[in-house]
Amino acid sequence: MSGARLAVTGLGKRYPNGTRALEGLTLSVDGGEIVAVIGGSGCGKSTLLRILAGLETASDGTATVAGETIRGPHPAIGIVFQEARLLPWLTVAGNVGFGLADRPAEERAARVAAALAKVGLAGYGSRWPRELSGGQAQRVAIARALVVRPAVLLMDEPFSALDAFTRLDLQEHLLEIWADTRPTLVLVTHEIEEALLLADRVVVMRPHPGRVGAVLDVALPRPRAPGSPAFEAAKRAVREALGRSLVHHRPAPGVQEADGRALAAG
Amino acid sequence: MAAIDLAAAPERSSRRTADRLPGRRLGAFLLALAVPLALAAAWEAAVRTGLSTGRLMPPPSRIAATLAELAASGDLAAHIAATTLRVGLGFGLGAAAGTALGALAGYSALARRLLDPTLQGLRAIPSIAWVPLFILWLGIFEASKVALIAVGVFFPVYLGVLGAIASVDRKIVEVGRVFRLSGPALVHRILMPAILPAYVVALRAGLGLGWMFVVAAEFMGASEGLGYLLVDGQQVGRPDQIVAAILVFAVLGKLADGLLVAATRPLLRWQDVAAPAGEAAAARPAVAPAEARA
Repeated sequence: MSGARLAVTGLGKRYPNGTRALEGLTLSVDGGEIVAVIGGSGCGKSTLLRILAGLETASDGTATVAGETIRGPHPAIGIVFQEARLLPWLTVAGNVGFGLADRPAEERAARVAAALAKVGLAGYGSRWPRELSGGQAQRVAIARALVVRPAVLLMDEPFSALDAFTRLDLQEHLLEIWADTRPTLVLVTHEIEEALLLADRVVVMRPHPGRVGAVLDVALPRPRAPGSPAFEAAKRAVREALGRSLVHHRPAPGVQEADGRALAAG
Repeated sequence: MAAIDLAAAPERSSRRTADRLPGRRLGAFLLALAVPLALAAAWEAAVRTGLSTGRLMPPPSRIAATLAELAASGDLAAHIAATTLRVGLGFGLGAAAGTALGALAGYSALARRLLDPTLQGLRAIPSIAWVPLFILWLGIFEASKVALIAVGVFFPVYLGVLGAIASVDRKIVEVGRVFRLSGPALVHRILMPAILPAYVVALRAGLGLGWMFVVAAEFMGASEGLGYLLVDGQQVGRPDQIVAAILVFAVLGKLADGLLVAATRPLLRWQDVAAPAGEAAAARPAVAPAEARA
C-alpha cells in the first residue's frame, strides 16, 4: 500500500481563551511524500498534526485525506507521539497488535512479529513496556502505528525525547521502515538536521498565529550526508527561513513568503 | 544492603539477588516478631513468678487455652463464620455500589455533578450514626449489620474508583481514540486496565473498613460473632476471651487482605517489579525490596 494524499485548506484553530494556534494554513502533501514541519515552540505545528490525526477539530478550513474530510481519527492515518505511550498492562506484542483486535489471532501474531522484526525488535514480543529502553519503546510505538498499514503516518517529534545515539540510529532506520509500505509521512520536528535528513520537503512554520512561513524542497540525494557542503548549505537555508519566521511576529499586510524555493541540488 | 550489592555489580546480579530474597525476607519476618514475642514472654514470666495476677491482662498461655477451648467446642468456628459472612456480604454490597457509582461519576461529568456532592455530604456523616436508623428500618438482626458494613466499605471504594478514573493518563486515552475504539471498547481496553491498580488499593481499604465496622455492628446486639465474643468477654469479666477475639480479628483481617492481593496479583503482573527475572529487576533494583514488602 502506498501513501494517500493529504490536503489542508485555510486551516484555522482558535482556542476558547482566544489563542490563535493556526490561521489560514494551506498545505498539500503528495501520496508517499515525506514532509517535515519545522518551527519553534508555539508555532502550531503540533496542533496541525493533532488536527490531521483527528484528535482536535479545526475552527476554520478543512483537512482531507485521499479526498475525504478528516472529522475524527481516520482509519488510514496513524500517529507516533513524542512519548511512546505504550499501554503498560500489555506486553510488547499486545501493544503492537492493539489496532488489530478485529483480526484472527494467527494473522495478528504474524503481522505483529513482522512489524517487530521490521523495527529491529524481533523476539521482544513477550516483554513488558517497563523492560524497554526509551529507544526500544519508541520503536514499539512505530511498529504499533505501522502494523495496521496506514496510508498516512504522522510523527510528532518522535525522537526528541531520546538520547543522541538512539536518535541517530532511529533516524537512519526510519527511512528503511518507511520504504516498506511508503506511507505519506508528516514529521513534526524542531531539529533542522532531522528534517533535512529525512524529508522531501521542509515546511517552515511561523508563530502567532501559526501558519506556513516557507516551503523548501530538499533536492539532496539519499542517503544524505550531514556535514557535506550541500547538506550544510541546505541547513543554512532552513535556518535563514526559520530566522525570518521568528523576526516577523505579526504578518505585514500584503507580504507573502515565496513558496517552493528550491535548495541546492546535490 | 540490596542497593549496595546491586550497585557493585549492576549488570548480572539480578538472578543472585532474587535467590537471596526469600532468606532476607525470613530474616526480616523473624526480626519483626522479636518485640511482640519478647513482650509476651516477659508477661508470661511476670504472671508465673507471681509479680502480677494477670487478672486484667491474662498471660499468653491462658489466652491460648481459651482459644483452644473455643476451638474444641466448635464455638470459635461458628463465631468466625458469622462474622466472616457479615463482612463478606457487607463488603460485596458496599464494593459493588461503590464501584458502580464511582465508575458512573468518574466517566460522566453530568453524573459526577449530580451525585458527587450528595455522596460527599453523606460521607461526612460518621457511619456509626446510621446505626439507630438502620435498626429501625431493618431490624436488630442481620440486615442492619450488613447495611452498616456496606456503608463503611462503600466510601473508600467509591472515592478510589472516582479518583482512579480522574487520574487516567489522557495521553493513553488518546491512543485508544487514534485506534477509533468505541465507548465500551475504550472502557474495556483502556480505562479498566488503567485503573485496576488503584482499584485494588481501594478494595483493600474498603475491606479493612469492613472488618472495622463488623465490630461496631456486632456490638449493637448479636448472639454470635467475634464482636459478640468481645462484648460477652467484657460482661462476664473474661479479658482472655476479649484478647482471643482480638487476635482472631487480626488474623482474619490479614488473611482476607492477603487473599484479595493474591486474587488480583495475576491481573497486575505487568506492574509487579519484585518477581520478574532479567533486565527489569536489574534496571530498578531499589524498588524490588520495597515492593516485596507491600
